[in-house]
Amino acid sequence: MWKRFRKNKLALFGAVTVFILCGVALFAPWFAPHDPVSIDVDHILEPPSAGHPLGTDELGRDVLSRIIWGARISLAVGFVAVGISALIGILLGAISGYYGGWFDTVIMRFVDVMLCIPTFFLILAAIAFLEPNIWIIMAVIGLTSWMGVARLVRAEFLSLKEREFILAARCVGASNFRIIFRHILPNALSPVLVSVVLGVAGAILVESALSFLGIGIQPPTASWGNILASGKDNIEIAWWLSVFPGVAILVTVLAYNLLGEGIRDAIDPRLKK
Amino acid sequence: MIKYFFKRLLQIVPTFIGITLISFFILHLAPGKPTDIMGELNPRMTPEARIQLQKQWGLDKPIIVQYGVWLKNLARLDFGDSLSTDRRPVWDKIKERLPITISINIISMFIIFLVAIPIGIYSAQHQYSLPDKLITVFVFIGFATPAFWLALLLMLFFGVYLNWLPISGLQSLGYEHLSVLGKITDRARHLILPVFISAFGGMAGLSRYMRSNMLEVIRQDYITTARAKGLSEGKVIYKHALRNALLPVITILGLSVPALVGGSVIFETIFAIPGMGQLFYMAVMMRDYNLIMGGLVIGSVLTLLGNLLADISYALADPRIRTR
Repeated sequence: MWKRFRKNKLALFGAVTVFILCGVALFAPWFAPHDPVSIDVDHILEPPSAGHPLGTDELGRDVLSRIIWGARISLAVGFVAVGISALIGILLGAISGYYGGWFDTVIMRFVDVMLCIPTFFLILAAIAFLEPNIWIIMAVIGLTSWMGVARLVRAEFLSLKEREFILAARCVGASNFRIIFRHILPNALSPVLVSVVLGVAGAILVESALSFLGIGIQPPTASWGNILASGKDNIEIAWWLSVFPGVAILVTVLAYNLLGEGIRDAIDPRLKK
Repeated sequence: MIKYFFKRLLQIVPTFIGITLISFFILHLAPGKPTDIMGELNPRMTPEARIQLQKQWGLDKPIIVQYGVWLKNLARLDFGDSLSTDRRPVWDKIKERLPITISINIISMFIIFLVAIPIGIYSAQHQYSLPDKLITVFVFIGFATPAFWLALLLMLFFGVYLNWLPISGLQSLGYEHLSVLGKITDRARHLILPVFISAFGGMAGLSRYMRSNMLEVIRQDYITTARAKGLSEGKVIYKHALRNALLPVITILGLSVPALVGGSVIFETIFAIPGMGQLFYMAVMMRDYNLIMGGLVIGSVLTLLGNLLADISYALADPRIRTR
């Protein structure tokens, strides 16, 4: 599997970029040349220069530093939101698929209903009634994006539970709990891994859109979305505010997508025709 | 076919009830009552008046009763009055904005179709050629580009730098005084950027999907048969392969409705277009309780209808379902 993955140059590019991004996010204080929230009224909306490679914003804050600190927010939201959605999806999908019956029916109908509500509307509505802080945003994105994982895991469980090794496990007296978590789940996880990696990209996009609309991460905390929001406010005079944070989002999401697709091809080469 | 149609129609009912349940409970279990917001807006409101108002709106009754009342009103399209200062009925507000959002979404669906399908076919026909590789790169970049950022870049380039296109609203000042032709061009100039943004994500997704469908179909035995009996390549592709590759696309279009509806929040807010999405965004900013509920339900109904339409067209297009 690793061999196949290594041959895929695009996937490797994705993996390396993700690794670098995580490093930048983790060590933001060392990478950022300036304090991301320190206001400097003498240098407002300055175009890129040697002192401020990506220019400054409407409060004179260094855009490069804000983008570097923004990486922290974006990746944290991505990871936590996807963690929540994977946990819910795996649990509901596993129980649905393993036990079947009325629980399965109810859960699957619930999934259908959730898929019918425009997710972005649902997220906006939920955030409107809660305070838009980073934890709420992570939770809301996670709680509205588990349906795909649940369906995936359920399908895997439906086919795996009929296999001989499960029968064997049951014969030696393994409990349902043990069968679900020790025998079936590990075998069902590889497609989940793909959707988790792609999910991080999706969550980062949603967070940036929310912050852009002013209902996500609130200033002064830097996030790629809210830098772009100030870019929109100053669109006639400061192009650098509109361009660079978007490039950061683009590169990050692209890297996660390439990594996810690469993992998919490596796990199941039949899919790549 | 008629039986299928009615069966499919009946399936909508439980899903719709599920949607109302979810939206109702999520918004009610969240902390903060609409009367609190009224209090915030009007600091002179006494606690007694607030309780009075809660009684008036039935907020003191058990939640199940509240849901029942709400559902009953919903059947009459009565979502209550907007809590913003104009106090107009929610449905009136939604009604005047719905056509704008629906027509923009329909136009962008057409464009998605028109652009993505030929691209997908071409890519599949020339798999691994240079254009195919370039298209793949564009598709990946397209997937990763946030719609609102692209909107910003296009505004920057066409609106500010080149000054070719208007960057907000649906019509220019003095629209009323323009000739018919002038009105049409003015409207079109205002719509170019929003429609492009709304169609952009779908174009990348659908062309990728079309490509893999086409690749799969081309490998089928009946295509080999068609080639073996000496049909021209054009006939093989457009008569035999395309029809089969297009079928699943219908379902995908149905499934893309929630993304389109949700996306309307973004492009309508950015381009200041008075549609459903902008209305919903303003409702969220104002915490206009009734309007948010109305928007959520109407948005979901649009999705339901989109899925229904897709399923029915699928049945009409696929003889295997038609004859059942």
